Amino acid sequence: MKVSYFPGCTLKNKAKELDRYSYKCAEVLGITLEEIEEWQCCGGVFVTAKNEVASKLSSVRALKAAMKKDQPLVTVCSGCHNVIKQTNYAMQNDKEFADKVNRYMAEDAYNGETEVYHYLELLRDTIGFDKVKEKVVNSLQGKKIAAYYGCLLLRPNSVMKMDDPENPRIMEDLISAMGGDPVIYANRNECCGGYIALESPEAAKIRSNDIVRNAKAMGAEMIITACPLCKYNLVKNGADIPVVYFTELLAEALGVKENADG
Amino acid sequence: MDNKYLKEEIIRMSGVNPKKCMKCGKCTATCPSFDEMEYHPHQFVYMVESGDIEPLLKSESLYKCLSCFACIDRCPRGVEPAKLVEAVRLSVIRKQNNNHLKADDVPALLDEDMPQQAIVSAFRKYTK
Repeated sequence: MKVSYFPGCTLKNKAKELDRYSYKCAEVLGITLEEIEEWQCCGGVFVTAKNEVASKLSSVRALKAAMKKDQPLVTVCSGCHNVIKQTNYAMQNDKEFADKVNRYMAEDAYNGETEVYHYLELLRDTIGFDKVKEKVVNSLQGKKIAAYYGCLLLRPNSVMKMDDPENPRIMEDLISAMGGDPVIYANRNECCGGYIALESPEAAKIRSNDIVRNAKAMGAEMIITACPLCKYNLVKNGADIPVVYFTELLAEALGVKENADG
Repeated sequence: MDNKYLKEEIIRMSGVNPKKCMKCGKCTATCPSFDEMEYHPHQFVYMVESGDIEPLLKSESLYKCLSCFACIDRCPRGVEPAKLVEAVRLSVIRKQNNNHLKADDVPALLDEDMPQQAIVSAFRKYTK
């Protein structure tokens, strides 16, 4: 099966592992990621104002490119996923906004036809965690792993519709499929501080330390995330357990990670 | 701009109806930036509703919202306070020379691991 793939700015720079292992794991699982040609940065965060149009055009162009290939659009970065899914939702449900957007579009109109999946949804709904489990060659047996969702993956739930926003299980189910023991902790869907790290690193430090402390208190030996900014904040602020992208851990489990040092 | 027009504009662009608020304070209780803010999410709601918008326009609180959508999802009345914070912030930074973050400020704020996502997100929220 072929899907359109939107990597985003960070996956081509500071988060290359997130990108590279997305390709490798998809290949093992029978999915081909076809990168959208000349994609443009999603902007990182969705601007909720109804009259904000121009900054959402890059997302619409990506959605339209996927529509032309009659493929779902898959993203792996939490930020891109959030922005593109919210933009798509606005194109489907806000006629005035969609009309304004379509006036910028060179050819035929777009009205939210494309389906947007996070890579985790692709694993759960298209491939199936049972199939993932069958392909595991290096089981993570006995490893206590905390899934860190942060904010962008699950909220706003009315639009993301990915999982229960207060009691999610999609990453825990992936951890179980890989043979690991998922660790449940209260702060798994709280914000790491996000982009405030740029202007007020101290504020991000407080948030990030709370998350790591909570995960460790519940027994975590490792944290997985889908978000480059979450990873940056947790690591930069002194996480003393490994914080890795879920694709990197999946690559290890599937036996397609280059070096064995894990 | 007089406050009546500004209030209408903020309500229109945010799509929020502040009258739905029952003042339970859950938005503020769940806000990860609570300690950083002078005006908290529930205050944005009642200050916009009462037309007391001037103090919000001048407040650094506008730049402390993390866009984490916690107050939006957890409000029992569906008021969505962060959308009001966004609308007030936009009504400030959309004015000429009112950008909160300037491109020239960025290099000094970076370290070698800072992901591009942080920079583009901050620009999207702080700058027009």
